[in-house]
Amino acid sequence: MGKMPATLAQKLIARAADRGAVTPGEIVTCKVDLAMIHDSSGPRRVKPMLERLGAKVWDPSKVVVITDHYVPAYDEESRKIIRITRDWVREAGIDNFHDEQGICHVVLPERGHLKPGMFAVGGDSHSPTGGAFAAYMFGVGATEILGVLVTGEIWLKVPHTIAMEFDGAFAPGVSAKDAMLFLIGRFGLDGGQYQAVEYRGAAIRALPMQERMTLCNMAAELGAQTGLIASDEVTRDFLKLEKFELWESDPNAPLLAHHRFNGSELAPQVAAPHSPSNTRPVTEFTEVRPQLAYIGACTGAKLEDLRMAARVLKGRKSAMRLLVAPASLRDQNVARNEGTLQVLLEAGAELLPNGCGICAGYGEHLLPENMVAISSTARNFKGRMGAPSSQVYLASPYTVAATAAAGRICDPRELLR
Amino acid sequence: MRAWVLGDNVDTDAIAPGRYMKFGIAEIAPHCLEGVLPEFARSVKAGDVVVGGRNFGAGSSREQAPAALKHLGVAALVAESFAGLFYRNALNLGLPAVVCAEAKRIRDGDMLRVSFEHGEIVNLGTGETLKCEAIPAHLMQMVRDGGLLAHLEKRLGRSR
Repeated sequence: MGKMPATLAQKLIARAADRGAVTPGEIVTCKVDLAMIHDSSGPRRVKPMLERLGAKVWDPSKVVVITDHYVPAYDEESRKIIRITRDWVREAGIDNFHDEQGICHVVLPERGHLKPGMFAVGGDSHSPTGGAFAAYMFGVGATEILGVLVTGEIWLKVPHTIAMEFDGAFAPGVSAKDAMLFLIGRFGLDGGQYQAVEYRGAAIRALPMQERMTLCNMAAELGAQTGLIASDEVTRDFLKLEKFELWESDPNAPLLAHHRFNGSELAPQVAAPHSPSNTRPVTEFTEVRPQLAYIGACTGAKLEDLRMAARVLKGRKSAMRLLVAPASLRDQNVARNEGTLQVLLEAGAELLPNGCGICAGYGEHLLPENMVAISSTARNFKGRMGAPSSQVYLASPYTVAATAAAGRICDPRELLR
Repeated sequence: MRAWVLGDNVDTDAIAPGRYMKFGIAEIAPHCLEGVLPEFARSVKAGDVVVGGRNFGAGSSREQAPAALKHLGVAALVAESFAGLFYRNALNLGLPAVVCAEAKRIRDGDMLRVSFEHGEIVNLGTGETLKCEAIPAHLMQMVRDGGLLAHLEKRLGRSR
């Protein structure tokens, strides 16, 4: 008898658990290939715990540290957090340190730390982003990261897989962000049931790598443990891998659910305050007049996101304050070299540092009382980006840019014609 | 144990707002749930229980969310379901999180007795008994030890 068909999630976990096969629902212990931490949940939290245990990092070569939450430091507390981070990296002998280079989920694959087939954890809820590279990656809190740093292992309940298949092709002006807002609106913040969500279909295959990252990134808002996409030549080319490893689900692998959508029919989506699940098509929001447009975060300010915004804003001026915080320094440099950044600046964009910034409620640009904003980020929970009375509409970079140009929430397809 | 009843999808930004995250837990805790239940942090007593609906703790990986509840003296969390990451964080801090399909039968202010071993909640006011899911054995051991850090301390101490 041959092997039982398995999902991508099962295969990745079986390898990390050193097992021939694993079954959804069973609890297994996996060896961790990579642990990523940032300045907020990382050294400032784990250093005192390591000292209490008298323990050392199990394998410094498997740890990646990235500063993104409190950079640039803007007050006494944030300066202290960054100082602790830099000191600890030196003490612990960690070479993989990316300081003020951008947001961890974007910098991690950009610097070649991820590969298909890996099992990885991150000290941040958007860690499922790594699943776009056919790696099993999920987020945990600071104490659990400490456990990984000491033991090199972590437990998990083998997830079932929910397949989200988009056939056809997304129309111009429609992006991965729209697909995610649509799914979260349809299935809710717990639609993922803390299982694995796997994105499939022709519309997904046609997406560039950073758009795929957006899908897996927002598996967090869908309440999944991770989001996954099988590896292919797009993965290989982005990571510049010489040897290509195919990691995918077997054709008859058992699924908890299989949802199929026609990608060609998807319209731009907007999530109203105060939940990413509060989603309807953009055409239902055109009376809303935000005062601020924000293009930022791991979800919405990667190079591909900046390109989307520039496609809309080329030759146009923003009718409102427009803030752009490119997700990584490298992406910002590419955007500058190819002219994308100039389009945004000529439209009136103010450039902010490469970090989490407003999205995570950090930094100096938090939303004031009663501010209405439209944002390319992932979460609009009450008070997250500033004053509890502020109101945040979530949308794709296309829609945020179109809204900036029009002075009201605007369907980007109108401006791309 | 007094029950503090909240709705569905209570998110980590409500439990531990990001703008206070640069501070230690003693500074964060007074702001716990301030946008949802302004009197909560002031009035909650040691041993009280927080009861959520579906998907309690949605959002961030910030451990300060369960840590703030624990710091204020909350003894247990009960919900129809928890966000997976928050659930792990709570147990890692030694704060029991109990899944109870009938959590919506609990009214704010009810007095409860939560039994983790038997997987049940007794409503002392109504006499009603609600069944809940048992915390998996390997996690209950960690909770009994006082959380992951204390559990590791014990494990590493023994192996030395």
